[in-house]
Amino acid sequence: MTEPVLEIKNLNVDYGLGDQSVHAIRDVSLTLHRGEVLGLAGESGSGKSTLAYGMTRLLPPPGVITGGQVIYTPESGDPYDVLQLTDRQLRGFRWSETAIVFQGAMNSLNPVHKISTQLTDVLRAHEPKMSESSRNARAREMLKLVGIAADRMDAYPHQLSGGMRQRVMIGMALILQPQVVIMDEPTTALDVVMQRQILGQLIELRERLGFSVIFITHDLSLLVEFSNRIAIMYGGRIVEEAPASALYRDSLHPYSQGLLGSFPALRGPRRELTGIPGSPPDLKGMPSGCSFHPRCPKAFDPCATEIPVLTAHGDRSAACWLVER
Amino acid sequence: MTSIPDAKAPAGEVVLEAVGLTKHFPVRRRLKDVFSRTHKAVHAVDDVHLTLRRGQVVALVGESGSGKSTVARLLAQLYPRTGGDIRLHGETTKVTSGSSFRRYAARVQMIFQDPFASLNPTHTIRYHLTRPLKIHGTAGDDLEKSLHELLERVSLTPPERYLDKFPHELSGGQRQRVAIARALGARPEALLADEPVSMLDVSIRLGVLNLLRDLKERLDLAILYITHDIASARYFADETMVMYAGRMVEGGDSETVTQAPAHPYTQLLIESAPDPDRLAGAADVADEDRGNGEPPSLINPPTGCRFHPRCPKAMARCSTDEPVRLEIGDVPGHWAACWLYDKNEVAK
Repeated sequence: MTEPVLEIKNLNVDYGLGDQSVHAIRDVSLTLHRGEVLGLAGESGSGKSTLAYGMTRLLPPPGVITGGQVIYTPESGDPYDVLQLTDRQLRGFRWSETAIVFQGAMNSLNPVHKISTQLTDVLRAHEPKMSESSRNARAREMLKLVGIAADRMDAYPHQLSGGMRQRVMIGMALILQPQVVIMDEPTTALDVVMQRQILGQLIELRERLGFSVIFITHDLSLLVEFSNRIAIMYGGRIVEEAPASALYRDSLHPYSQGLLGSFPALRGPRRELTGIPGSPPDLKGMPSGCSFHPRCPKAFDPCATEIPVLTAHGDRSAACWLVER
Repeated sequence: MTSIPDAKAPAGEVVLEAVGLTKHFPVRRRLKDVFSRTHKAVHAVDDVHLTLRRGQVVALVGESGSGKSTVARLLAQLYPRTGGDIRLHGETTKVTSGSSFRRYAARVQMIFQDPFASLNPTHTIRYHLTRPLKIHGTAGDDLEKSLHELLERVSLTPPERYLDKFPHELSGGQRQRVAIARALGARPEALLADEPVSMLDVSIRLGVLNLLRDLKERLDLAILYITHDIASARYFADETMVMYAGRMVEGGDSETVTQAPAHPYTQLLIESAPDPDRLAGAADVADEDRGNGEPPSLINPPTGCRFHPRCPKAMARCSTDEPVRLEIGDVPGHWAACWLYDKNEVAK
């Protein structure tokens, strides 16, 4: 395995303060290695987006980071803690070291500005010494990289289709050649055919440019295909982390098993599937012990009272009392 | 393992039928259009044939913008149709007034995609379920008993716990169950489900699909299941139809359509679906001739086959002649609207 580029250590995020606060992320530790695609899967409310915003310090109020570290290792230089950066340092860090493609990104382009303006704006802010012509050249190069003809530079967002807008967003994220790209459900609003095209392109670009990707989605079958490692979140914690193929073939945590069993297969024999009984927990009234135990088919004594910790088993880890035994 | 109904079960009685259904939405005319006398329209649905039978699920699969939701709304008579016919038990039906719409709605009900938007946040579940019972006169003597029965039918038990709640107090899955119960309140024969699970959490989607299947069997309902997820169509539906740019391109029993797709568009759709068995790295996606590109504009749809600009197997005649339904011949009832399966073409 290559060296880590981003290490999240015991990150805690709350929404609100005092007694009213809700713990959205609890004690999450996660390592992203150079050049890998790390998938982050979970249902809505599991904290996967909060984790992405937390580690980039983009949390909107009332979100508060209450503890932990996010260690970033630049390509050359010493590692530093993102959470300790001053505002000025943070501005330099964002986009040039870590870029993020938001959920529904195709609607995050400004409708009254041309694509070219929006692409070069980033360069203007981060590399003020660059000349106008080289900025345009760079933007054109970026568009070509994501498969959009350079003559669309002067188009407005409404003149492009959803898939093209999404590509522009990916191009924009990559324009400063960041080391880490975080994608928060980048393709959920797109059709399967477009989704495959864009993800294929992303994987290709990653091989060429060597950045690392954190890919957040609820579609586990997509992650198994496109990522190297997968972390599964439930109720604000990571419950299992494993190489994609290992997770798919034999997952350790009952929740991962349930999640995998929730996707009807397109190939192979037709099986009766059940999904997972019950509904995802409310962060306000988290069950005691393992937060999955009220829905877990294999729950036993310690599950209701003691919180299982994420422990390593070879190259994978799981937080479940079943595995502990 | 056993409860999957055999896809080739004897076909039930026809409940609802669409024959050559067409819907064009007019586009706002600009000044120059007034002079040139052009009437632009979005060709949302063109010449759709569809048959819903008692006790069967038909899936309608397609990308967003393919017109699949428009088909559901036409069948529910929420939109007036531009052309074609909707037949209920063989009889042409056209809703002209509020009372004829109510009579129609008593037999054909719809379930919408978003259970967060389809329930009124200011009313309790009791109100939502009482409305159909009263309007369609299905309450019987004991309203309370009927309400309980409805909730029990969608496995929201005990009913007392849910009746006086407001929609925001329920989870997405529970809300969709309430929406299903509301549709059942009219005692319909046909249920039109427009992406009933796509807004729900992954882990509870199957619960709702399994509930719909269970209801279909117990109440002998005809269900139209609209989805963009072809894998769930295979899981849930007896018959699957594929739509592209407002037209049906392929149909047949679900297993055949998903395992041996005939139309190049269906093949593309199935190849593009996420497949965990194809592991990271092994997938090479950038091939050029797989039909990449985007669905066409429906204001000026391509002539001939609407898929031909993207189709890797397009022939000269695809751009001029509109393909007709052609039997594939592997399984009875499996057809595709593609010139590749024309006998004369095969002979060449």
